[in-house]
Amino acid sequence: MWFVVGLPPENYTLTTTNYKFVMPRSNDPFSQDIDLLTLVLYLGCVTMGWLNVYAAVYSPEDHTSLFDFSTNAGKQMMWIGTSAILIICIMVVNHKFFDSFAYLIYGFMILLLLLVLVAGANVKGSRSWFKIGSFLLQPAEFSKLATALALAKYIDQPGINLSKGKDLLYVCGIIALPCVLILASNETGSMLVFASFVIMLYREGLPGWIPAVGISVVVLFVLALMFPLLYIFIGVIVLLGLIVLLMPRYNRNVSNLISLGLVGVGMMVVVVGVDFFVNSVLQKHQRNRIKVLVDPTVDPLGVGWNVTQAKIAIGSGRLHGKGFLEGTQTKFDFVPEQSTDFIFCTIGEEHGFIGSAVVIALFLGLLARIIVLAEKQRSRFARVYGYCVAGVIFFHVMVNIGMTIGLMPVIGIPLPFFSYGGSSLWSFSILLFIFIKLDARRNALARW
Amino acid sequence: MLENRKYVVIGFFCLIGVLYLARLFYLQVLDDNYSLGASKNSIKRVIEVPYRGQIYDRTGTKLLVDNTPVYDLYVTPKQVRISDTAAFCRLMNIARPDFDSIMGLAVNYSKVKPSLFMRRLSKEDFARIQDALVDYRGFSPKISSMRTYPSHTMATALGYVSEVSRKQLDEQEYPYYRQGDYIGHGGLEQQYEQELRGRRGVKFMMQNVHGVNKGSWKDGAYDTVAVAGQNLITGIDVDIQRFADSLMQHKVGAVIAIDPATGEILASVSGPTFDPEMLSTNSFSKSYSSLLRNPYLPLFNRPIMASYRPGSTFKLIQALLAQQDGTLSPHTVYGHAGSPMRCHCRGGQDLRGAIGNSCNPYFYQVFRRMIYNNAERNTFKASAIGLAKWHEGVEKFGIGQRLGVDLPSERLGNLPDVPYYDKMYGGANRWKFSYVSSLSIGEGELLVSPLKLANLAAAIANRGWFITPHYVRGFGRAGAGLPAEYTQRHETGIDRAYFLPVIDGMRRTMVNGSARSVNLSTIDLCGKTGTSQNAKFGHRYDHSVFVGFAPMNDPKIAIAVFVENAGWGSDVAAPIAALIAERYIHKRTISKHVANRMMNAYYLPPAESGSMYRKPAPRRSRTDSTHNGQPRRTDSIPTPKAVAPKPLMTNQPRPVQSAGLAGN
Repeated sequence: MWFVVGLPPENYTLTTTNYKFVMPRSNDPFSQDIDLLTLVLYLGCVTMGWLNVYAAVYSPEDHTSLFDFSTNAGKQMMWIGTSAILIICIMVVNHKFFDSFAYLIYGFMILLLLLVLVAGANVKGSRSWFKIGSFLLQPAEFSKLATALALAKYIDQPGINLSKGKDLLYVCGIIALPCVLILASNETGSMLVFASFVIMLYREGLPGWIPAVGISVVVLFVLALMFPLLYIFIGVIVLLGLIVLLMPRYNRNVSNLISLGLVGVGMMVVVVGVDFFVNSVLQKHQRNRIKVLVDPTVDPLGVGWNVTQAKIAIGSGRLHGKGFLEGTQTKFDFVPEQSTDFIFCTIGEEHGFIGSAVVIALFLGLLARIIVLAEKQRSRFARVYGYCVAGVIFFHVMVNIGMTIGLMPVIGIPLPFFSYGGSSLWSFSILLFIFIKLDARRNALARW
Repeated sequence: MLENRKYVVIGFFCLIGVLYLARLFYLQVLDDNYSLGASKNSIKRVIEVPYRGQIYDRTGTKLLVDNTPVYDLYVTPKQVRISDTAAFCRLMNIARPDFDSIMGLAVNYSKVKPSLFMRRLSKEDFARIQDALVDYRGFSPKISSMRTYPSHTMATALGYVSEVSRKQLDEQEYPYYRQGDYIGHGGLEQQYEQELRGRRGVKFMMQNVHGVNKGSWKDGAYDTVAVAGQNLITGIDVDIQRFADSLMQHKVGAVIAIDPATGEILASVSGPTFDPEMLSTNSFSKSYSSLLRNPYLPLFNRPIMASYRPGSTFKLIQALLAQQDGTLSPHTVYGHAGSPMRCHCRGGQDLRGAIGNSCNPYFYQVFRRMIYNNAERNTFKASAIGLAKWHEGVEKFGIGQRLGVDLPSERLGNLPDVPYYDKMYGGANRWKFSYVSSLSIGEGELLVSPLKLANLAAAIANRGWFITPHYVRGFGRAGAGLPAEYTQRHETGIDRAYFLPVIDGMRRTMVNGSARSVNLSTIDLCGKTGTSQNAKFGHRYDHSVFVGFAPMNDPKIAIAVFVENAGWGSDVAAPIAALIAERYIHKRTISKHVANRMMNAYYLPPAESGSMYRKPAPRRSRTDSTHNGQPRRTDSIPTPKAVAPKPLMTNQPRPVQSAGLAGN
């Protein structure tokens, strides 16, 4: 594995004549230009995740073993091992496989999503798991990568322009189909992840106002929960007034003022709509999850308990943390789901602010590396796919960490590579390594 | 350029990253509410209560107070698997409805935390069910201890251990005790609480969300180890203590015996007494209230707390003070003439004879000479001067003040002084000797406790000094840690020579004086009888008093005996004292017939209307050898009534809400 050592192959020469020599070698998984930095970041995340899952299930009474297969830590090691096998499979497969079979994979996943509605096991109120032996498999986790492939395949076609309504409609259709099916199986959290494709779409030419409006709506949404309607109305009017005052005089024409006015009215409509939506449309448990975001005392023993205990766990870590396996909050079940959705609490408690910062830096590094690599891709397919990968990982990280520190509502989605769970680790590994495979191929091609 | 949008995307990622880091910095570094919340959540203080110290007799081998391990059985409802409930109930000897209600309460409290299922199983009971318990999951024994009293004696002087009272909790300076803690009440248990209780240990335990223990926090770095309480070695001789108990049955009164050389208390009986175990078992509140209602006040520790007139025994102090004063020589003779007091002797005796026969007029004259022994011609003024001087002399024997015995609530007694009489008679110089002449024979306003009289006997036995009487002779072993005040001699200010005629007279009391009827040939006891006036105040009979020491020339024991409503000192108090001294010196009872007579003598005043201390009441037969149908004892060895073995689990077991891990 020369890429690990960093040595070029002995017979490597940069000429067009050895094209035929390079091409067959590209199918050899051990002689590809795998991006070393991404791999290291991935391995770092997975290892830290595993240790933290161990810390979360560790019991100081009977000194749980790291390799005890009856605990989540032991199982996680198994998931890591099987992920390695999957990664090798991806590396062995011809790069054209993903391009060629993108729609097929997407179709297959849609079928699985339909099937799970009929044959799925009922776990915690959502019918989204296949039960295979004692293991649970969640097709929704895998539908993200299938959708990413399908989107890449579609946008890769020449002449696709996302500022055109028709193309955008198709793209939205590709995204919406699995969303509807996932929503039908009552997995709102996984469904929301599909919003992350906006990042890719933005890069590929989606008009900038669409994400801007989206973000504004989210901000207004939160504001509408925190403050009475009247205050927000006053705030919007003051904001618009300031914009008019600061506007260059030559821009203060009637049409601009009218459009500003429309924006203001739109904002107010959104706020009123949010109010109506939250109080009249959402079900009680969903409403609580959102309300708890701004006020953890709404439901102190239900959702509020999770948020409060998560914050206590993280806050008690202080600067340096309590030390590996020394956490008390996460270990003794004060924080629910501490090895899956709330794994970040273990990090925060045992490794403190320093550990938390390292994890966030790790993710930022990984995301930045993926974006940088995606921009280097020759094919639009690989670039689109790369942005999808970055978007999905980013969304998961933002929501997962955000909910443990009280900046996001409690949405049950895992922290990539860290959270315990076969489905999630597998899907993220496949998601990332398909991109690494595509990138390695790009390097191989770049050579001639 | 769409390519430049990558900077927007990366910028957005970084923006969120920085936002989250800021939030984390606030949560983890700036705001410490959350870390406080965590320790409140999951770290619990578990208190380890050490073994309370035991209390030994003077040899350090016999236990007065012991700790017996008992087992509390806890149940964790979630783990319970009982296949045959009926068999289990039979094993536990409880009824099915009781079992159901206990389990119901336990489940209500917590399914995963242990609740008390059955309290205070004895070692034997536990051994019986221990093997069977293996088959019943969810039941775990926890060892704790209970105060037991192997010698079954000295209940009031020992005190008892019970839960700390609300008032004590509020009044403690340093908040050591918590609700439900045990604390010594009364007697030695209270006096030596600090030594006996040891030091409590604190363990910091981690608990999960259900409150179930999950090991020690930081591997016990902040834990403190419990230190067991110190044992007390007392000066009590269990043999004579129990013998004195048996002599004092059917009587109200007090016996206190002191080793004059060391001041150690050898025996301390408050009659009527009770088995201290009564206040140790589960039925504490029931026993306690029945003792409280008992008309003979068994909870009243008479040797220390009772105040009696010393009666004729006080003549000893008068004789000593007058000699020291120079107004009396051993050869001074007074007749009965000139004294308002009646006497039962023929008169015309010297000091030795007057003590031996307890001649009242003689000591009237002695006291009169002493009071008027000054240059003041005005009898009123002269009386005040004389009394002040007398008061000073008597005080040195510890009369009218606290001796400083190591028990709580010692009483002052009363030793009248000049201001006392000034107040009583409405001003200075409005009283003179004839007003206070009762003091000459230990009556009038004088009040002493039996302990003070025993101390007087010790001072005479030592020919001039005494050591403050005390129960405890050391912690852990004899002499260790004994405060200096219990080794220091107190001088009485009387020359040794003046003691000799007094001691002669005390010996004469026994040989041919007022107590000649109970002279035991086995010991050369010196003593003085007394009859503490009581009948005069509405009661039918006076209190019988005796004070003495033995042997005459090498005193080993000084003793004071009070028997209420028993008449002459020589009737009851003197033989009891003689028997105890004999037992202590010879280690056995030789004069068995006397012992049997005294054990069966019945002097309990009638207890109707529960007001024997206020109203006189007609008396019943006095000495009745077959009283209450009890057979006459033939064996003089006292055998305190064996405590009937407690039937297994008769008291209703109940789960306790604060059981298990009482945090704070």
